[in-house]
Amino acid sequence: MTQVTTYTGVLDLAAGAFLLTAVLIVWRRELRAIVRLLAWQGVALAAIPLSVGLNQGDAALIAVAVVVLLLRAVVLPLLLARAVGTEDHERRESTPLVNTTTSLLITAALTVLAYAVTRPIIALDPSPATRAVPAAFAVILIAVFVMVSRRRALSQAVGFMMLDNGIAATAFLITAGVPLIVELGASLDVLFAVLVLGLLTGHMRRTFGGTDLDQLRELRD
Amino acid sequence: MNTLLLLPILAPLAAAALAAALGWRRLSAFVTVLASLSVLVSAAALGSRVGTGARFAVGHLLRADALTVTMLIIIGTVGTLATWASVGYINTEVAHRNTDQKGANLYGVLVPIFLSAMSLAVLTNNIGMMWVAIEATTVATAFLVGHRRTRAALEATWKYVVICSVGIALAFLGTVLLYFASLHAGASSGDALNIDVLLAHAGELDPAVTHLAAGLLLLGYGAKAGLVPFHTWLADAHSQSPAPVSALMSGVLLSVAFSALLRVKSVVDLAVGTGFLRAGLLIIGLLTLLIAASMLVVQTDFKRMLAYSSMENMGLVAVAAAAGTKLAIAALLLHVLAHGISKTLVFLTAGQLQAAHGSTAIADVTGVLARSRLIGIAFAVGLAVLLGLPPFAMFASELSISRALANAHLGWALGVALLLVVVAFAALVRNGSRMLLGPPAPSSPAIAVPRSVAGALVTGVILSVTLGLSAGPLTQLFRTAATMLGATQ
Repeated sequence: MTQVTTYTGVLDLAAGAFLLTAVLIVWRRELRAIVRLLAWQGVALAAIPLSVGLNQGDAALIAVAVVVLLLRAVVLPLLLARAVGTEDHERRESTPLVNTTTSLLITAALTVLAYAVTRPIIALDPSPATRAVPAAFAVILIAVFVMVSRRRALSQAVGFMMLDNGIAATAFLITAGVPLIVELGASLDVLFAVLVLGLLTGHMRRTFGGTDLDQLRELRD
Repeated sequence: MNTLLLLPILAPLAAAALAAALGWRRLSAFVTVLASLSVLVSAAALGSRVGTGARFAVGHLLRADALTVTMLIIIGTVGTLATWASVGYINTEVAHRNTDQKGANLYGVLVPIFLSAMSLAVLTNNIGMMWVAIEATTVATAFLVGHRRTRAALEATWKYVVICSVGIALAFLGTVLLYFASLHAGASSGDALNIDVLLAHAGELDPAVTHLAAGLLLLGYGAKAGLVPFHTWLADAHSQSPAPVSALMSGVLLSVAFSALLRVKSVVDLAVGTGFLRAGLLIIGLLTLLIAASMLVVQTDFKRMLAYSSMENMGLVAVAAAAGTKLAIAALLLHVLAHGISKTLVFLTAGQLQAAHGSTAIADVTGVLARSRLIGIAFAVGLAVLLGLPPFAMFASELSISRALANAHLGWALGVALLLVVVAFAALVRNGSRMLLGPPAPSSPAIAVPRSVAGALVTGVILSVTLGLSAGPLTQLFRTAATMLGATQ
């Protein structure tokens, strides 16, 4: 019994930390701080398959957890950190479209929405892991919000990675991960996508002299 | 059997490896054309073997059935034409200093990888792998869209990668939810995402979770298929890409993404009935048609015009899929094949016009028919197919789609769709005739046509005419695919 409670506790803690990092990313404007938070989010994400794997005695899932930790807490944040500019004006998010207070309120609303949306999932399988799934869905919704409200190329890349973290967390919580071959393929895709976004950010800085996405307005009808 | 299913994936990969080793050369470009042809050859061989069932290979990881064969035919045909034309196109780009040897090398590697990913997407039996393959096409084409490295190309690439990745991420979430439902329906964890297993367990999938999954999959794959609401990347990416890549993206990638939706639809329809996705496809399809038609009316750029015409066609295809009858699905498959070939014709000619004029403004281009017989005729034929004029194939497919919609008691949708198609028709005719007909402006530059582009164009024209006169054995193939996808009537 105690073991079950510890498992539930660890899982809830990981899911809570996972959601918290998303909220902090909405709050912060410093790009380096945002990337650091993203790395911590990767740690919280890896804790989910690790605790599920330990609880179920699933060695493969523990191995996946290690790979997730390496990829999402180390490799991908490092790739993004390299894409942060060195100039002063490049280190911070530009004046946001939505101010911080409103952003945080919207984040709260999205979290509530996540609880509503995930009801059918919990109804189908009311296990401790599935009960944590609203946190993962909340991160997905917050990520989409970050992507539409931020104006720096790098913030959009961070939003994309958050979105992906949220989906990965959902997969670990409800099905203990997708089949290994799909997991590998998907991780590889994400790695390449972030690599491409990082390279593009560099190209953009050289071509436009900055990474403010408001400069992208040459193509229109 | 294994070889036939693996060939369309491995042959382009081998060509990519050769291109990586040799760089952009006549030999590696030629091998890429051969690899595309081999996709077509294995499609033909598979077509005569799969019959009405499905064949599996590499365990149950790969699958070939009538829909696979149809999609491989599209990939092989357009792939062959586009890689053939690439030889002349890239050499011209290098000569005009729009790109350098390094850029050409990259192009030579990425195009076959792109082809291989599309083959994998239609050949896999696992909808998780299908997702991996379709997302891989985004990664492979990112630096193809931005090949010219101009500000506009960079902007198009950024929007393309970000919007498509977000859209397709939603499809992954949908896939995860479907996996969850499949596990709870009693499938084992190793094969719960296999199409045959999903179809077998469709009756026991939890309806509420399946609804959620289906909605996400529709939005996600819809993004890659150029459907509302994630359609905003399409015109930018298609207009900035090198012409042969535009042909591949518009002619093949959109329909490959849509075939993923058709696969998902066959499972979802069995699980929760046809009503849910029918409503979704109708709304999304009609909205896509509406946006495409309005954008076509105000368009002043010929490459963007062609891009919005692709959106228009995908919208129509989505409406046809909503009808979902055997007639509708078979017509839809003919439609995407004809669209693929005709879009190759118009994008390749647009590429030569852009090279000659250094501009993509409709107003800059006049009297093309009088200036270059080949470019003029190829553009006119491609446009005629897109307009649905007889004797070309889209006349037959659009007629069948209309009949299918009427039979499915979707008369109102048919009315709206027809109205929008007519608007698009008028816009295409006005802009097309402005470019093609009339006397050329006195200062018009000569339109050069490299040999390989000419070869691809002539072949494309012959294929368009042939397909219009008779679809031959393809008619039976399309019907089998429709039956396989669970279409009734």
